[in-house]
Amino acid sequence: MTPMLQITDLVKSFPQPEGGILTVLDVPKLEIEAGEQVALIGQSGGGKTTLLHLIAGLLVPDRGSIRINGTELTRLSEQGRDRFRAGAIGYVFQTFNLLPAFTAIENVRLGMTFGNGMQEPERASELLLRVGLADRERYRPSQLSVGQQQRVAIARAMAGKPKLLLADEPTANVDPGSAETVLNLIRHTCREEHVALLMVTHDMHVASKFDRVEELDEMNRAFTSIDHS
Amino acid sequence: MSLIQIAWRNFCHRSLSSILTTLSLALGVGLVVLVLSIYGVISEAFTRNASVGYNLVVGPKGSPLQLTLNSVFYLSQPIENLPYTEYMEFMTQDQRKAVVDRFGGDPSLAERGGRYAPYLGDGFVIPLALGDYFGEFRVVGTTPDFFEKLRHGPNVDQPFTFSAGRALEEFSPEHSYFEAVVGSRVANQMNVGIGDKFYPTHGDPSGHGHELGFTIVGVMDPTGTPNDRAAFVNLEGFYLMDGHAKPIESEESDEPESDEPESDEPESDEPESDDSDDDAGANVEEDGEKREARPEEYRLLSILQREVTALLVQTDPNNLFFGPAVQNAINEGIRSQAAAPVGEITKLMDLIVGPLRNALLVITLITCFVAAVGILVAIYNSMNDRRRDIAVMRALGARRSTVTAIIVLESMLVAIIGAVLGWILAHAAIAACSSRIEDQTGVQVGFFSTSSNEIWILPLVLALALIAALLPAWSAYRTDVGSNLSA
Ligand SMILES: Nc1ncnc2c1ncn2[C@@H]1O[C@H](COP(=O)(O)OP(=O)(O)OP(=O)(O)O)[C@@H](O)[C@H]1O
Ligand SMILES: [Mg+2]
Repeated sequence: MTPMLQITDLVKSFPQPEGGILTVLDVPKLEIEAGEQVALIGQSGGGKTTLLHLIAGLLVPDRGSIRINGTELTRLSEQGRDRFRAGAIGYVFQTFNLLPAFTAIENVRLGMTFGNGMQEPERASELLLRVGLADRERYRPSQLSVGQQQRVAIARAMAGKPKLLLADEPTANVDPGSAETVLNLIRHTCREEHVALLMVTHDMHVASKFDRVEELDEMNRAFTSIDHS
Repeated sequence: MSLIQIAWRNFCHRSLSSILTTLSLALGVGLVVLVLSIYGVISEAFTRNASVGYNLVVGPKGSPLQLTLNSVFYLSQPIENLPYTEYMEFMTQDQRKAVVDRFGGDPSLAERGGRYAPYLGDGFVIPLALGDYFGEFRVVGTTPDFFEKLRHGPNVDQPFTFSAGRALEEFSPEHSYFEAVVGSRVANQMNVGIGDKFYPTHGDPSGHGHELGFTIVGVMDPTGTPNDRAAFVNLEGFYLMDGHAKPIESEESDEPESDEPESDEPESDEPESDDSDDDAGANVEEDGEKREARPEEYRLLSILQREVTALLVQTDPNNLFFGPAVQNAINEGIRSQAAAPVGEITKLMDLIVGPLRNALLVITLITCFVAAVGILVAIYNSMNDRRRDIAVMRALGARRSTVTAIIVLESMLVAIIGAVLGWILAHAAIAACSSRIEDQTGVQVGFFSTSSNEIWILPLVLALALIAALLPAWSAYRTDVGSNLSA
């Protein structure tokens, strides 16, 4: 059985403002099975967000291979990656990134519109119900609490029926009580829809809930070669 | 959600900026529509009336424009008159003999046919005598032919119709020579109708009144032509009245024919008929009391006493060369001139109205351009806030082309709403002023009267909006997802 995500010899570097090129990521291997839930921890600036962007196809690696569900991402054109991302990947941001012009339910529906393009208003409502916001459908992000916003963002990420959910520190901006709720919500929803989950966190308490925890700094050859003094 | 819904949401989200941008565009579009409409009204007032139903106006030597303004539009300062013999040049020998027999004049006039008569064919000639006013409206002395032979309307095929009554007759038992027909606006504004009598005033609208009254026997339907603003009286009655306006019996009685109107037999006048002074002495009641007209009391003027201000001439419609031929022949003579009203009107339009419209159009197009720049600035300024939104949409799966399309659609929304709003504003303004416009120009306009050029406004505005959207759209297209997603 092919893994849901299969990364081999992935290298990504950025040009530095002061000149020169900094290699941020050099990951020999990372695999995630379908439906598996993995916590990714690592130091700030260690390249976690960069890795998620690469997996989502928002960034292009310098070298190496990213296979998602058998599709080699690096062989796709930008348009192909856009289409692939829309169909296969959900993304929950550290800062929610709800669209302020749209209500809660509309934000969820946008996840579908831009995702696989399906128009299922019932699914949007159902997702909001599942994250406990059935009574907040017509609220705008500015009218929601921080925790509520993050829950809308989760519903939105799930709206397009992804196979892989990428979550970038989704609990970092939420109070500890809500963090627990949000975490459970993500994990529960992913399990229900059989979605593989790769969640970035630097909260050891959060990470401890996962069966599998990957330390990026350990597997990242680039990281160990950088002087982090 | 459809892209239009998404664009609409963005429009609403930045409501103040969107509304202000849209309003400025609406004002620009409104200005353009107003200018087009005003120009349309002006050109319609002129050109629609240029389809006058005749191809030449003949009048005294002078400015052809002045002649046209007077005889076609009943505007401008009154002009000199022509001797009646000029009119007779359009008559056949038989007709000339009948005129000489009836009114009296040089018998030699009956010995030949009119010089221009052969050119008339199926056409006609209609005399006009101008100079008097009914209120502020011109009084036009003419013959019943005016109502029988003239046509108006876009295809010049509609006869004059009457909302009440009938055309005037040259002589009727009840009203003798004193029947009148009024145009629709005259009837409205002067508040007169069938059976009412009016007394034309001489020279200018506030001048003193003649003592002979004309009885209104017909009110014309609106035609949208200057005829709506005229009061038509029987030419014969006009002659009888005219002398009263300019009494000549006290002064220079050296011309024998001018103050002996009593003779109703053909007079043997001198063949010279180029007396230039206004010697239209007529049979008038000496007691000055306004009395009922009775036929037996009036003696018609002799040919020498008669004058016409202008002749409306339609040369034989079967021969297109007759018009220019007659025009040249007349203009080579010393006494009168012939002008083609359509040509004069077109010249006037080209001379005044055209450049005026162009100037106004340039100004308003600049306004539209500025409004379009406003769209650009408004959207481009919002791009900073939007970069994150665009990155989020991209991360959710939207393509570059999709986010670009949303920006363009938003600009289109501003353009469409602005254009429609501007159009409505302008037409509401026009509708609000419609009665005044009709009063001033005789052109009827309503909310839905549009000029053909207005069709171009929406495409033009959309094109401008598209151009205005290019820069922000390009910026949206290039928005980098990764760097704009991070907190
Ligand atoms: N567009 C870019 N250009 C240049 N350098 C970049 C760019 N994006 C990221 N970097 C660098 O790459 C490194 C990794 O950044 P990244 O955002 O992936 O870290 P992170 O592990 O997510 O950190 P944090 O836990 O603080 O979110 C940082 O040193 C950053 O300066
Ligand atoms: Mg990060």
